[in-house]
Amino acid sequence: MAFFDIHALWTGNRQPKIRGGVHPEQRKEATADRPIDLGLPLPPMLYLALQQHVGKPAEPIVNVGDRVLKGQLLAVSQGVVSAPIHAPTSGTVADIMDYPSAHPSALPTPTLLLEPDGEERWIDLPGKIDPFGLSPEEISLRVGAAGIVGLGGAAFPSAVKLNLGRRTKIQTLLINGGECEPYLTCDDRLMRERARAIVDGILIMLHGLDCRHAIVGIEDNKPEAYTIMRMAADELGEGKIEIALVPSFYPMGWDKQLIGYLTGKEVPADGRATDVGVLMHNVGTAYAVQQAIRHGKPLIRRIVTVSGGAVGAPRNIDAPIGAPLASLLAHCDYRPEDAVRYVMGGPMMGDALPHPNVPLVKGACGILALTQEEVSATDAKSCIRCSRCVTACPVGLQPLEMVARIRAGQLESALKFGLKDCISCGSCSYVCPSEIPLVHYFKYANGELLTRDQANHKAEQTKRLAEEKLARMARQKQEASAAAAQRKAAAKKPKITEQAA
Amino acid sequence: MSTRLLSAPFTRSGLQIQSIMLTVVLGLAPGTAWGILIFGWPALFIFFVTVLSAVAFEAGCLILAEKRVIATLTDGSALLTGWLIALTLPPWAPWWIGVAGSFLGIVVGKQVFGGLGQNLFNPAMLARVALLVSFPLEMTVWVNPAPPFSASAPGFLEAWAITFASQLPTDGSTGATMLGWVKTEFSQGRLLGESLASGGYGFFKSLLGWTGGSLGETSALLFTLGGGWLLKKQIITWHIPLAMLGTVALLASVFTLVDGERYPGPLFHLTSGALMLGAFFIATDYVTSPNSKPGQIIFGAGCGLIVYVIRTWGSYPEGVAFAVLLMNSLTPVIDHYVRPRIYGRDSKGRPLELSEGRE
Amino acid sequence: MYIIFAAISLAVLGLALGFLLGAASRYFKVEENPLIDEIEKMMPGSQCGQCAYPGCRPAAEALVAGEALPTLCPPGGKALAERLANKLSIELDLSTMGDQVPLVARIDESLCIGCARCIKLCPTDALVGAPKMIHAVVADACIACAKCVEVCPTECLKMHPVKVNLRLWRWPKPETAMAGA
Repeated sequence: MAFFDIHALWTGNRQPKIRGGVHPEQRKEATADRPIDLGLPLPPMLYLALQQHVGKPAEPIVNVGDRVLKGQLLAVSQGVVSAPIHAPTSGTVADIMDYPSAHPSALPTPTLLLEPDGEERWIDLPGKIDPFGLSPEEISLRVGAAGIVGLGGAAFPSAVKLNLGRRTKIQTLLINGGECEPYLTCDDRLMRERARAIVDGILIMLHGLDCRHAIVGIEDNKPEAYTIMRMAADELGEGKIEIALVPSFYPMGWDKQLIGYLTGKEVPADGRATDVGVLMHNVGTAYAVQQAIRHGKPLIRRIVTVSGGAVGAPRNIDAPIGAPLASLLAHCDYRPEDAVRYVMGGPMMGDALPHPNVPLVKGACGILALTQEEVSATDAKSCIRCSRCVTACPVGLQPLEMVARIRAGQLESALKFGLKDCISCGSCSYVCPSEIPLVHYFKYANGELLTRDQANHKAEQTKRLAEEKLARMARQKQEASAAAAQRKAAAKKPKITEQAA
Repeated sequence: MSTRLLSAPFTRSGLQIQSIMLTVVLGLAPGTAWGILIFGWPALFIFFVTVLSAVAFEAGCLILAEKRVIATLTDGSALLTGWLIALTLPPWAPWWIGVAGSFLGIVVGKQVFGGLGQNLFNPAMLARVALLVSFPLEMTVWVNPAPPFSASAPGFLEAWAITFASQLPTDGSTGATMLGWVKTEFSQGRLLGESLASGGYGFFKSLLGWTGGSLGETSALLFTLGGGWLLKKQIITWHIPLAMLGTVALLASVFTLVDGERYPGPLFHLTSGALMLGAFFIATDYVTSPNSKPGQIIFGAGCGLIVYVIRTWGSYPEGVAFAVLLMNSLTPVIDHYVRPRIYGRDSKGRPLELSEGRE
Repeated sequence: MYIIFAAISLAVLGLALGFLLGAASRYFKVEENPLIDEIEKMMPGSQCGQCAYPGCRPAAEALVAGEALPTLCPPGGKALAERLANKLSIELDLSTMGDQVPLVARIDESLCIGCARCIKLCPTDALVGAPKMIHAVVADACIACAKCVEVCPTECLKMHPVKVNLRLWRWPKPETAMAGA
């Protein structure tokens, strides 16, 4: 495959500052100026999925009927890439069973059910901790033990990232305060209300990474957050933290876009951010790190934006992990008869949930109940090759070509246009005048390719097993005939000696 | 509540095919109105015949193919194709030319390939070239401007006869287009100075459109304004029009400096023929032009080059239709070789190399 | 005059080329198509017989001869069908394959008598057990060829669809009723 990009001929391989992207309606006014709601009543039952993170599910260490305290370790991580689960409140372990997951399929997943007793009794919290007296390795250990995962939505175990960043001696820690998705304002409110804790958390992370420079990227549609964070960084940041304003567009919050804008570097396709000397974490993660290291509190709550046309009183809620989404929506006066789609996350990249009777997970930034007007859904028409999708794609792919090939069943040739590099941001589907569900095709195609890869592995394994079986049977036959020959020989011998004698 | 499993994104920009087509039609409207105005009733008739038959042929094909008729017809693409075909016809052409043109454009040029978005060649240009080659006489009968109620204009009934009874216009009203006149004069050995004067060429006349030609060949100004409207509405981008017009202007400037008597200058080229219409409305057709911006520039430049070559050295006076068709055939090649660079990879698609080593 | 020359020269040319072709087809003949070997390598090799041919090699021969479609191998699935079609340079219509639900064999332990007939037959040794002991299926190795189901005297072996869990779930193909598509 040889092709050339004329633009690259005179810019070299430099990534432009901003590439592609779209400007959806922000729809943040309803929730951006309202303080975080701390008054969510405790639900009658909390559902803690044992897998709310990338990696192996956590293994429960409590039994049904055990009484537990707030912040108590309920399930331990399995292996390196995993995260533990802690009790969001004190109560009794009601059951450990398969419960619908917060996933588009709502398939059941092992879940620990915790019945709160309403007393909110904490475990013994440590007194004063000096985070900077701890060694960097200890900080990673404690971050991992606190169950902290990427709170921007990716839910990747943060301790693993910190370890990688320290090992590769990164030069800059980037903090993602972008929040480019419409409706979502949880990071905005967090920065406005808890800026000093966030700055503290960033300093702790810098210490844990043996690094001296951090940049917080905030979109310019959040001027108050920018000002407040600036003040906190100037006062507490020890000169190590820079607060930068970035243009607001979607997907500015895509980590590689932010890396490119703030540092000018481009991450190679088969590499990670640490390969260019940076590591990125969400502001919410920084706050959770501060709570864990400075106060010894594990990750048991998060700020989540509840919004959408079918929600009467949209707002940001400080909610316990495991709270049923229906209770969050009910707290905000939602009207189920108007809700056409429930979304976990933002409308551009979030997951559609078939019903809100699934629990809040660590990676959920937003819960949306959307009405018919907000969800445009007409039937898809033919592609008119207008190539707006090519212009919108921040990665530089050609969605129209990929979809044409996927529809024709030629998945291998779709790979040539960059199917594997798709980040599913949704910009292409957003601009398509024919309303073709482009991202859905790519997700389907990637899933199909994964299935075929697994099928190929299985085929090779089958061949190997079949060959081994044939070899085993041949060996058995040989041994059997050798044994038979020996027996025959042993039976013949006496006759010979008899004759000789 | 729909339980059909759908993927994000759940919100759209609201741009629809129909709004795109209607915006293009609005951009064409001023130029078309001018053309109908200066050529009178027959132009109006042939326009309606072409557009209506285009829509009818599209409906017929959709019914045959058992596709959704009303939903597809209302996206406006057949209307637009028929409109563009009408703009390429001689204004006093007989009705069956319009019908044949629509048939070639819609059925052969679009539906046979699979409908909207599947054709390789621009349907309007395909129709025009096929008609030009098949019916050279009817397709090259040009008239001088004759707006209604002027001396040489046909009345309503006369116009009906011209369009529907195939009555050729009288000799007094026929005339050549500027491009055609200049070419025939060259063949008779008379150079530019003479031919432009005897043909009655004036820059402003050409710009405003008081010249002979098809409906789309007259007012360069109005079609440019229409093109500007499309640019403002972000229906098209500047790449193809600028590349096409720029190439023609550049080549014309170079050659006119070499020999001013044999080669007309850039202003002549830009305002004559269907160059403005072609640059803004025809070459920019989504389906048949390349996907990437650099590819579009190559496409536009290629169109401009071929237009100039045909106009100057070819045997046809106007080359926009041929240029667009030839570049359409190269669009897949351009798309194959000129692609945007994928993030994290170099131009060949390999992952980027880091200057220093990595973990 | 020239016409006669032209006719003679073209006839001679045709005869000469035809002669060359005939000689080549005789002296450069390939005994067996090496393509068959390559196709056989691509097949799963378990000789399960679901393709209605007595093994993977006869199936490969049929494919090369054009008597069988690339969609003939259920264990290979769509992945194998696409690779076979690419190898043989033929158009592929995957719609006939359908989205196969992956199957796996399962033993109803209440009915198993421990006769070990299935163990001997399983091409990938996915059945384990000893005579007079209840047998079990190693699900990862099972390729769903169903030979064990046929031979079991108590009908304790049955094919079941693999349960879809969160790990195996995949995005379905978008159903798009495209107008004009």
